[in-house]
Amino acid sequence: MISLTINGARRTFDGDPAMPLLWYLRDDLALTGTKYGCGVGSCGACTVHVEGRAVRACQTKMSELEGRRVTTIEGLHPRGEHRVQVAWRDIDVPQCGYCQSGQIMKAAELLANTPRPTDQQIDNAMNGNICRCGTYPRIRAAIKAAAEKRS
Amino acid sequence: MTDIERRRFVQLLGAGSLVIAAGPLGIRRLDAAESLATSLADPFSPHAYITLHEDGTVTIVCHRSEMGQGVRTTLPLIIADEMEADWSRCRVAQAIGDEKKYGSQNTDGSSSVRLFLSKCRDAGATVRALLEDAAAKNWGVSASEVRASQHQVLHERTGRTLGFGALVATARTLPMPDKSRIRIKRPAERRWQGKRMPSVDLVPMTTGTATFGADVRLPGMKTAVIARPPVWGGKVKSFDAAAALRVPGVERVIHIPEPPIPAGFNTLGGVAVVATSTWAAMKGRQALTIVWDDGPNADYESSAYRATLEASVRKPGTPGRARGNADDALTRAPRRLEREYYAPHLSHAQLEPVVAVARFTNGALEAWAPTQSPQDARNTIAKYLGIDDAKVTVNVTLLGGAFGRKSKPDFICEAAWLAREVGAPVRVQWTREDDLRNSYYHTVAAHRLEAGIDGDGTVTAWRHRVAYPAIDATFAADVAGAGPDDLTNGASDIPFAIRHMSVEICPAKAHTRIGWYRSVNAIHHGFAIGSFVDELAIATGKDPGKFLLELLGPDRTVDLSRDGLVAPASNYGGTWTDYPLDTARARHVIEIAMEKSGWGTPLPNGRGRGIAMHRSFLSYVAMVVEADVAADGTVTVPRVTVAVDSGYIANPDRARAQMEGAVIMGMSNTLYSEISFKDGRVVQSNYPTYPVTRMRAAPRVVDVHLVETEALPGGIGEPGVPPASAALCNAIYSATKVRIRQLPVGKQLAGAKAKATASGGATGA
Repeated sequence: MISLTINGARRTFDGDPAMPLLWYLRDDLALTGTKYGCGVGSCGACTVHVEGRAVRACQTKMSELEGRRVTTIEGLHPRGEHRVQVAWRDIDVPQCGYCQSGQIMKAAELLANTPRPTDQQIDNAMNGNICRCGTYPRIRAAIKAAAEKRS
Repeated sequence: MTDIERRRFVQLLGAGSLVIAAGPLGIRRLDAAESLATSLADPFSPHAYITLHEDGTVTIVCHRSEMGQGVRTTLPLIIADEMEADWSRCRVAQAIGDEKKYGSQNTDGSSSVRLFLSKCRDAGATVRALLEDAAAKNWGVSASEVRASQHQVLHERTGRTLGFGALVATARTLPMPDKSRIRIKRPAERRWQGKRMPSVDLVPMTTGTATFGADVRLPGMKTAVIARPPVWGGKVKSFDAAAALRVPGVERVIHIPEPPIPAGFNTLGGVAVVATSTWAAMKGRQALTIVWDDGPNADYESSAYRATLEASVRKPGTPGRARGNADDALTRAPRRLEREYYAPHLSHAQLEPVVAVARFTNGALEAWAPTQSPQDARNTIAKYLGIDDAKVTVNVTLLGGAFGRKSKPDFICEAAWLAREVGAPVRVQWTREDDLRNSYYHTVAAHRLEAGIDGDGTVTAWRHRVAYPAIDATFAADVAGAGPDDLTNGASDIPFAIRHMSVEICPAKAHTRIGWYRSVNAIHHGFAIGSFVDELAIATGKDPGKFLLELLGPDRTVDLSRDGLVAPASNYGGTWTDYPLDTARARHVIEIAMEKSGWGTPLPNGRGRGIAMHRSFLSYVAMVVEADVAADGTVTVPRVTVAVDSGYIANPDRARAQMEGAVIMGMSNTLYSEISFKDGRVVQSNYPTYPVTRMRAAPRVVDVHLVETEALPGGIGEPGVPPASAALCNAIYSATKVRIRQLPVGKQLAGAKAKATASGGATGA
């Protein structure tokens, strides 16, 4: 039995401890904002926060999460108005939108640790998150805009 | 629009566009869902696209699929503008697949605005006139005395007003306005003309509450993962399911019969593992033991096939366009340039692997899928299951990327077949590996280009031979290669004023499923032609930009069907009267791109600029790419300048976004991506072996210039891709003097920068 916290709610899990967090979120909790893109930790679509750190939910086994606090895109901000989310909307970043939960979670971590990131810090932080529609220039602009805002 | 107004739109529309209800914890329960069209009181639908409600809400249907191009914003906005609706009181609802009711829903070929601009305007103007009639009747005045403005109708003489909601009761009783009374707004009357309007799905897309195909949940739903034949045309010889069935959660293992190839939109067949969860289904599939009969394509091997294609283009082909006598002119030319180019198979690699949900009850099938073409899905499922298409309902979710992959409903047919077999709702989830290994691939192409050059450096003869397997081979047996219709995707319909031209098709048999991929054959056509033009400029000692303008010749409009094109050759479904080849438009975009990019100004060492222009999907796009090549061969793109003439642009911000994305997808096609085959099987498996553009390489600036015009609209989603490969490779040449004739660039540039520096550095252009 594994006890953990998801978006502030206590949860227990007694299934296959080798199952990735991604499928617990999507299949068991229907928190479908966290996306499956590659299953090998290469695209970042499944990025969530564990204890505030951005991790790949497809590479995080349930057995690693005893007592941990997990935040998904649904729990990033109670009204969906985290400054990164607002900046994303102001700049109309998404095209298809599928990768954007992961992009936003990664960008939120970046700004929490690096309030004024340089271009190179943005590129390095975001390089693991693929956007096949090619919204990268707008993601950079939105991160800079979010950095200008007070949370 | 102010930021505050903009955010109000974002919030209102974001909340209103959810067709699927939100519940506690953000859980979406489809069983409890109601579309807004039915949940609001007393809906009245005077038009298939428009429903009015007595509380003043207007529901506008989007019948085309949203895959990132912004169509769910663009088409409803055209309607709302024309009907004088207040955009913040409009809701967007997604249509189910019903071609008879809505018109073509095949979201493909960059055609949504092109085909539906005037239909959407008519719809909006008709309903506006109807509401004006209703107000006039209420007041007992002539309809000519009233006018609609922002969700109400005014009687100017008396200052009276009635809201759209209050007019619904009267409007219901009236006949539709006579066609003669329907007036389309003049451009100056359009409220949102040229404005940056927020997309309707922004809130769901930034809060994790948007519903993509993968997110649909039905009560009692099973998840299936399928082992498909790894070789096109392969079949299951035998399989052992015992170990799979021992995996907790696995309930059934089912053989889906393999239809004979070419199977078109049909499934590939294979062995399906049906389980209570995705994880169990994936583990179950790993535990399967399958012996395959690989069938007729077991020997498909990409390097051998490349040699076959190259041999093919070294012999004369059948004509796709013939003007003058290219063979003779080439023989007589004092100078000739001959070059060959190669571009590999590609896969869409859209972030959402294909996925579909289906439920079969009482002889009827209902599907939920990220489909570009619900009408094709509906028809194909009906045939596959042997039921009437009236018994098939296809709901369209958001598409997590598509790029042509989701035009084909094979994956929805799988879900339909399994739902009937299992007797419960089934979600078929493809893994990333499945998506890359069992796709409908962009073709693989060899090109041979030959030009005759006279003493002044003028091109007098052009012979272009192509060999690539055709999409037709996915649908019909014994297709020998491309057809004339493939060549009008930017090979035989080029805008150059060259006296003698021969564009020829050489044989190329398909050994895998070939399908549409964003911009289709214009990708490799654009790469080969745009690179060859640059090589000709260099060979004749001319500036590549000026040379490109020179090749266009005098400004003229041309009906190419009377200028050597071989039938059947289409013009993207448009007529040559509506959409002639217009070389002045080509010239204009090249001139804009040169001017705005600072063409000809100096650049630092290791950097170069390249230019290309391509007409595709009835639009003209010129691009100047600035490339920086590091010592290890890594390419980054500091700046891209894009100039676009695609006729009237309904949503400029989304048009810009499409160009930004096209440049970046063009970079993937050019620098990194390749699908290759060995023993009939795809070699690549996931993003580490099928790289695409990532943040570090992405352009720092994509500077997009849209030509403002009221001309008939062309496409926007695709035309940005075709010039990208050549412009980038020409920039690489300018930076390094290394000419790329084979894609992807990959490791071809390792050590190249040093060579350029040794020879005196990059040129200014």
